[in-house]
Amino acid sequence: MSDLAERIEVAARRGVIASYLAGNVLTAIGVALVAVLVVLALAGPWLVPHDPLDQSFLSASQGPSAEYWLGTDSFGRDVFSRVLLGAQASLAIGVTAPVLSALVGCWAGMLAGYFGGWTDRLLSRFADLLMSFPSLLLGVMIAAALGPGFRTAIVAIAIALFPRFVRLARSATQVVRREPFIDASIAAGRGPFAIMARHVLPNIAGPLIVALSLWIATAIRLEAALSFLGLGTQPPAPSWGNMIREGMGDLVGDPWPAAFAGAAITIAVLAFNMVGDALRDLLDPELET
Amino acid sequence: MSGYILRRGLEVIPTVLLVLTLVFLALRILPGDPAIAALGEYATPEALATFRQKLGLDQPLWVQYLAFVGHALTGDFGVSMTNGTSINALLLSSLPYTIELALAATLIGVVIGVPLGAWAAVRRNRSPDLIGRLFALAGFSLPDFYVGVLLLIAFSLHLDWFPMLGGGEGFLDKLHHLVLPGITLGVVMAAFVMRLTRSSLLEVLRRDYVRTARGKGVAERWVIFKHALRNALIPVTTGLGIYLLTTLSGTITVELVFSRPGLGQLLIGGITARDYTMVQAGLVVFAFFVVLVNLATDLLCAAIDPRITLR
Repeated sequence: MSDLAERIEVAARRGVIASYLAGNVLTAIGVALVAVLVVLALAGPWLVPHDPLDQSFLSASQGPSAEYWLGTDSFGRDVFSRVLLGAQASLAIGVTAPVLSALVGCWAGMLAGYFGGWTDRLLSRFADLLMSFPSLLLGVMIAAALGPGFRTAIVAIAIALFPRFVRLARSATQVVRREPFIDASIAAGRGPFAIMARHVLPNIAGPLIVALSLWIATAIRLEAALSFLGLGTQPPAPSWGNMIREGMGDLVGDPWPAAFAGAAITIAVLAFNMVGDALRDLLDPELET
Repeated sequence: MSGYILRRGLEVIPTVLLVLTLVFLALRILPGDPAIAALGEYATPEALATFRQKLGLDQPLWVQYLAFVGHALTGDFGVSMTNGTSINALLLSSLPYTIELALAATLIGVVIGVPLGAWAAVRRNRSPDLIGRLFALAGFSLPDFYVGVLLLIAFSLHLDWFPMLGGGEGFLDKLHHLVLPGITLGVVMAAFVMRLTRSSLLEVLRRDYVRTARGKGVAERWVIFKHALRNALIPVTTGLGIYLLTTLSGTITVELVFSRPGLGQLLIGGITARDYTMVQAGLVVFAFFVVLVNLATDLLCAAIDPRITLR
């Protein structure tokens, strides 16, 4: 009997340890990758071995070599330099859009959750409507209205993520709203906005930060998709999405630019996903996915 | 139940009107004059005036709005501004390609995702679970259009098993053209379905009736398939509505990768060519799909779990 119990315990522990180790190794890799990406995005212009916009038909469509580490595209531009600089566009949009969305969405959600009634009904209804559209489709719709470009991509992605922040902030605020210290604050004569800023916001910040980190990954993927469709970052400025788009033109002769740009997107999204997952496990261990 | 169907059905009306209004307003913010965009900068003022008159752009905004809503509801989208062909004809010829792709992807997603998710849940924290989680992580991180590009390079360019471009003619040829785009979106969807099946089955396996079944001495395989999985699939079924919409928006990029002449190609082509009647029609059709799928999902949820109708 004790033999069986021991075997079960050993087996269980082995499983737990294996998944814990896997989780921690993945987290460490994710954090390291995000750090590298941030450094590349900030220092990219000084790190590139070639001018990413420099065209040369003599060196067009070459595979990887000692001179051009990841080869050249059909304009003879160095793919490695373009992938490096692409990190800038991806992170600039991938971080700005969710942060913008979080700032606006979090206040909209707090208003809805704090006041309830008509404010809540109106804001929730609007968020539900936006939420019922897949984020890429929403992005395409907004790009159709504003015309393609860098700023369009930021606005489109921010709006696509907006309802998610509203919902999250709203439900978290509804919980905090019932706490006695809110009533105490009201009794002390504080206005609703002061209460939201001082007492509600710090209490709902945890889940919002987790969501923010997870949705940076989504935003990077959306930026890539919009640029791939020709609606985001415009050429000749390099972004991973429009590099795949340009690479599609000569997939037969030179598949390298598209392949490497796509790998960069995947690594960036993966890294932010891993960090987001780890943050969630840390701040919200109850959530089993 | 019938009361709920009626209530939920009536809710569609304001939603559709709101969506149409948003599409109309969004396109009126569009910088640039559609007439100049269509005829070029050197068009004569008379030609521009005739063009505006033909499209009703010289009318007051509210007349344009009513005409737009009327046309959208009756399914008459006029002619394309860039090439003069009937938009209805274009929509009818492109819609099947998009719908077939979305359905094929859903089928592949369910066929791969459900067994993988169930396997991962039953062998929780063991290697099948780890494999499943890595698969899900990859599915969440790989952009669908990149998966498409990779499949295109491997199976069309190098192995030459599948055609590179287009939608195909005739049943078999169409099916042949559908394989790679279908797998592209299907694999990504499978990651979502897998994750949902896993967590849902884990939840069900903790329930009392599963313990009772095991206590009665029912074979483990029977417990899983007969008792647990059936109940675990309820949230998966309702989740399919959301995945179907994600997949539908995914067709826009994947159609571009495989040059499939679907709805997404029409819409993106319209945006780049500043063909604004085309964009208008494309957006309206996509929006209708979203409203329709959401309605169907809600009704399906209610059919599976009648408690919803009481709320």
